[in-house]
This record gives sequence, C-alpha cells and structure tokens, in this order.
Amino acid sequence: MTKQLRNIALWLDRRLHLSQIWEATAGHGIPKSSASWFYVFGSATMLCLGVQIVTGICLALIYQPSAQEAYASLHYLNYEQPLGWFLRGMHYWGSNFMVAIMLMHMTQVFVFGAYKYPRELTWVSGVILCLLTLGMAFTGQVMRWDQDAYWGLGIGVSMLGRVPFIGPELTHFLMGGPIIAGNSLSRFFTLHVFIIPGIVLALLSMHLRLVLSKGINEAPTAGKPVRRDSYEEEYEEMVHRGGARFAPDAIGKDLIFGGIVLGLIVACVLLFGPKGPEGIPDPTLINTNPRPDWPFLWFFAVASLMPPYMESVVLLLGPVVAIGIVIALPFFDNTGEKKWTLRPVSTVSLILVVVSLAAFTWYGATSPWSPEMDAWSSEPTPSHMIDGRTPLELQGALVFQYKQCRNCHALDGIGGQRGPALDLVADRMTPDQLVRQVVQGSGNMPAYGQNISPAEVKAVVAFLHTLHTEGRLPAQTALNLHEDPEGSPAGGDE
Amino acid sequence: MSDTEHPGSSERNQAHESAAGHEGRPCSCAGKSGEPDNPDRRKFLIRVGIGLNIAAGALVGIPVLGYLFSAFRKKEERSWISLGPADQFEAGKIRLASYRNPGAKGWDGQSADIPCWVRRDDSGEFQVFAINCTHLGCPVRWFEESGLFLCPCHGGAYYQDGARAAGPPPRGLYQYEHRLRNGELLVMGGRIPTLSQSV
Repeated sequence: MTKQLRNIALWLDRRLHLSQIWEATAGHGIPKSSASWFYVFGSATMLCLGVQIVTGICLALIYQPSAQEAYASLHYLNYEQPLGWFLRGMHYWGSNFMVAIMLMHMTQVFVFGAYKYPRELTWVSGVILCLLTLGMAFTGQVMRWDQDAYWGLGIGVSMLGRVPFIGPELTHFLMGGPIIAGNSLSRFFTLHVFIIPGIVLALLSMHLRLVLSKGINEAPTAGKPVRRDSYEEEYEEMVHRGGARFAPDAIGKDLIFGGIVLGLIVACVLLFGPKGPEGIPDPTLINTNPRPDWPFLWFFAVASLMPPYMESVVLLLGPVVAIGIVIALPFFDNTGEKKWTLRPVSTVSLILVVVSLAAFTWYGATSPWSPEMDAWSSEPTPSHMIDGRTPLELQGALVFQYKQCRNCHALDGIGGQRGPALDLVADRMTPDQLVRQVVQGSGNMPAYGQNISPAEVKAVVAFLHTLHTEGRLPAQTALNLHEDPEGSPAGGDE
Repeated sequence: MSDTEHPGSSERNQAHESAAGHEGRPCSCAGKSGEPDNPDRRKFLIRVGIGLNIAAGALVGIPVLGYLFSAFRKKEERSWISLGPADQFEAGKIRLASYRNPGAKGWDGQSADIPCWVRRDDSGEFQVFAINCTHLGCPVRWFEESGLFLCPCHGGAYYQDGARAAGPPPRGLYQYEHRLRNGELLVMGGRIPTLSQSV
C-alpha cells in the first residue's frame, strides 16, 4: 500500500516536476547570516495575505455589497451564520497583523540596508505592495459600511475635493455619483475584491521573483560597503561558499514565526471578536464620532494639528512627496555601508519617522483636540471649586457648565482638552483679560459675545477668578486706573 | 530551452522537405506555402496581427474606458427639494432637517437620506447649512446653549450664522440655495459639498 502511494507520488513528481520546482524556489541559496530570526517578517506578511484571501472569499459568500443590505448582512454574519463571527474576526485581525508585520518587514529591510544595489526594484515593488496593503485596509474599512465607514469615506471625498480644477470631477469619480451612496460601496467593493488584490498578486510575484534572481540581503557587517563593481561577486561567494539554503536551513524559523502569528490572530479573534459594524450607516444620525482604523489614525491626527493655511498643500502634496522619497531611496542611497551603526542619517531618520508616527497615532486615538460633547451636561463641577463661593461665583460656575465651556476646558482633569485646563486660570489671567477672552475669543477659542449676556460674563469671570493656586493672589492688573473695589479678588478666598 | 527548440524546428523542416519531396515538388515552393523560412512573409503576418489587435483592442477598450470614466463627466444632479412646511421651523431656532437625495437609487438604502441644519432667525429669514464640516466633511452638531456648531472629528467650530469660529475649518459652513414656495421651504441640493464645489 505504502509502496503504491510512493509510486504514485513519484509518478506525479516526474510529470509535474514538483521537487525540481521546490529546489529552484524554496531551495534557493542564501547567505548564512540571513538564516536568522530577523528574516521572518516577509514570509509572515505573505501568510497573512493567505489568511486574508481565504477568509475574504468565505465572507464574500454572504456579504452583500449593497448600501441597502451590507449592514444587515454583516449582522447576519456576526450572529446567524455559523462561525461567521469567526471568519469576520479572522479577516479583521488578519488585516491588522498583515499591516503590522509588513511594517516590521519594511523596517528590518531598511535597517539592514537591503534596498541598496542591486535590490532597488525589490524595494520599489515592496513599497508599492505596502501602499496597496494600506489601500486594502482602507477599502476594507469601507466594506464595514457603518457610520465610521460612511464618514471616513466623507473625509476622503473632502480631501479630493481640495484638488484644484478637477476636484469636483474627482470626487464624483470616487463616489460613482454626487453623494456617498450605493455606487460608492460598489466601487470600493470592486477595488477591495478585484482590482487591488489583482495588483497585489502580480507585484508579489515580481517581489518573490526578485528575491530569487537578486538574492536575499546578507546581514550587514560593518566595514564591508556595497560596491557596484564587486558586490555581485562577493554575494556569489557568500551564497556558494559557506552559504545556506532557504529550505531547509532557514525555513524552520519562518514556519515557527508563521505559526505564532496564526496563533496570535486566532487568539485575538477569540478574545476581541470581529470589529463592528458599529452605528447604522444613516447620515441623518449625526451624533457620531467618526474615527478611522488604526493604520490611518496618524493621518487623522496630522489633519487636525496642521494650520489651515498649509493644509490643502500638505494633504495633497505631502503623500506624493513622502511616497516619492521612499521609492527613490535606493537610487540616492545606492551603495556604501549597510550596517545601521555606520548610517547615522538613515538611522536617525527612521527613529524620527517611527516616533512621529507613533505619537500621531496616539494623538489620533485620544484626539485631545475634539470637544468632549457631553462634558457640559454629564460632568460634575469639582466640589472644592464651589465650596464657600458667593452667589455670583456659583452662578458663574453654572454659566460655565451651561455654556458648554467644559466641552473644551477641563476642570480637575475632566472635560475637553481643546482649550487649556482652567483649574489655575486666575494665576495667569486678570479679570479684564478673562472678559476679553470670553467675549472676543482668540486663537482657537470662538468669540462668545453674541451668545452670552453681560451678566453671564460677569458671573463666569467671577467664578474663573477664584481658580488660582492656594495661598497666592490671583492675577491682577498692575496699574488699574479705573480701580474699583469690586475689581479686587472677590470673596471666598481671603 | 533554445537548445531543444532548434533540433525540433529543423526536424520539422526536414519533415516538410521530405513531404514536399514525396509530392515531387521543387524545394523553392516552400517559401510560397508560407513556412517559416520566408522572413518577409513572417514579418508581414506579425505586422498585420499587431495592427488587427490594436484595432480590436480599441473596439473593446474605448467602450470600457467610456463606461469607467462616465462617472467623471458630471451632469447637473441638483434640483429643488422640499424640506416641508416653513412653519415647522420656529423663528430664532436652529433644527435638523433631512431629505431624500434627488436621483437616489433603489439600492442606496439610508445613505441617500441627507441631513441639513435649518436656521430661522428672529426676523423669520432662513439659512440652510450643509451637515458637512468644511474641514474634512464630518457631521457638525448644533449646541444651542453656546450658540455653536461643533465638529466631532477635529474640533472645528462655527457660529450660528455659519461663519467659521475656531479650529481647522478653512471657511464657514456650506449654505444651500433656498426659497419658499406655497409655504414650503425648498433647497437646491443633490451633491456632497467640498471646498471646490459647495452644495
């Protein structure tokens, strides 16, 4: 029996040349230094892609790419289709892991100087694959067709609408109509399921083909710079004399890491489940707080923190310039040292980019610039700020809540962070300055003159004037020509 | 590969020659019968083939491109839409209204229900604002107590007349063209507003 099976296997191999193909691909020679744990991220990214393809095809059996039905079909997947929740979870967490591991892969390649001669196009195809993967993440977020998807798409439309001359045409093209509706979802479905995956598979074949023909980068040693005239010979030497082969010498590490990644994806699915769909995609339900998925949070933060005058230029040209620099990298940094310790500019740039992206992502997740929409009606005024105050000051504390100052200004750490916290505002502002700030606004604060009566201003300023460091006098005008006894710190704090 | 191809093709040539020999024809006929040893004929066939495919490709490709980029050409999609009787909007108040977008399709679902803010000032004059923040299109909310529209995305703020108050928005809220007819409030709507094209 086993002999027969073996004969069948041998017959198949002779006809299909399977072991030869395996030898020629997985068995390719690699430098010994590359058979290391640093080289497992590429294959793990590909493994995630496999997970995405399988789970994506499964989901497409049920999912309805129609603005009318999508939301209901997602709920059906979550709650009625057996294991639908698991497949949705795998697809969501698979995408998170794919983006994260792909970024690790890219970082490793950058740190090891692998983009240098003669692997320029391996890098370029990888950068485009990275952008396409982010494109999959964005279009996938649209597939969720909930409030975040709807308004996230709205952000994309608003950005495109800033393009000079053809802005309206571009937005119309993106949405497939004048508004975000059924045709928009169909377009993004086509992108997510046909167009981008097709290009990904094509480019991935090129990327892998280049790994075979140009070889995998050796782990760099200091003092061995890349030279165009000698590198290829040196590389041959490394691979053939004392080199290794990907299979079987290095593949074990890739298999172990891949197994761990798959296990982690499943663990995340079991612990956290699939994401959403959240609010119903009904634009008339406006009490929503749209946020993009995490790979785009940094961009969401940048869009908030930029001054308006430079925003259109940066939003439209920034990505073009940034992507251009990353793609051009192997062409202006083609030879020389690969060891990160001897590439200070590259290393510092990488640290800057990573730290900035992490910081912006953190800001995007916490969005301190957004008003706390409910703070005015739900948060208590700290009792020590109203204890023993005069009626006017108490009235001011009420005005402070009722006029929603709290939505942007925190007291005792609770409230919005759009404006400065006001716990100690009287230390730095005199009553006159407070009146001016409330009535006329400035910087990021709207002018309240139209919406607040003089009596309310007087009350709220009296309240704010009590918020100062204990044992210190509140700020006062040094030379007040219109000195009136009431202008001095009123009550409460003697 | 080329090593194996050559013997193959020469074998074929030999076979052909011998076949021709069998029929007793002279070898010069080989060129006429269109076998590969006539380079001019081969070139001609390749050129005709390429030309034919370019023509056929255009026949297939132009309609495909036309179909795809039809969304690039915009026709006027706006029209006058009723927001209901004007009396329902109290003077001195701002409230949310909504309409079904003109030209909505059967599969659009709720996404074609578009909200907007209607302001009727103390003298009874109307202003109708698009829901979209002028910064990046998120839905602004009205806060009556502080008299501000606030955006949940990046903290843009607008006064009650739609003017920009604070935050990243580059301009005030988009305003619909509107008019009253038979006691109904009509707005000119039908498309999402962006900085390059208001509602």
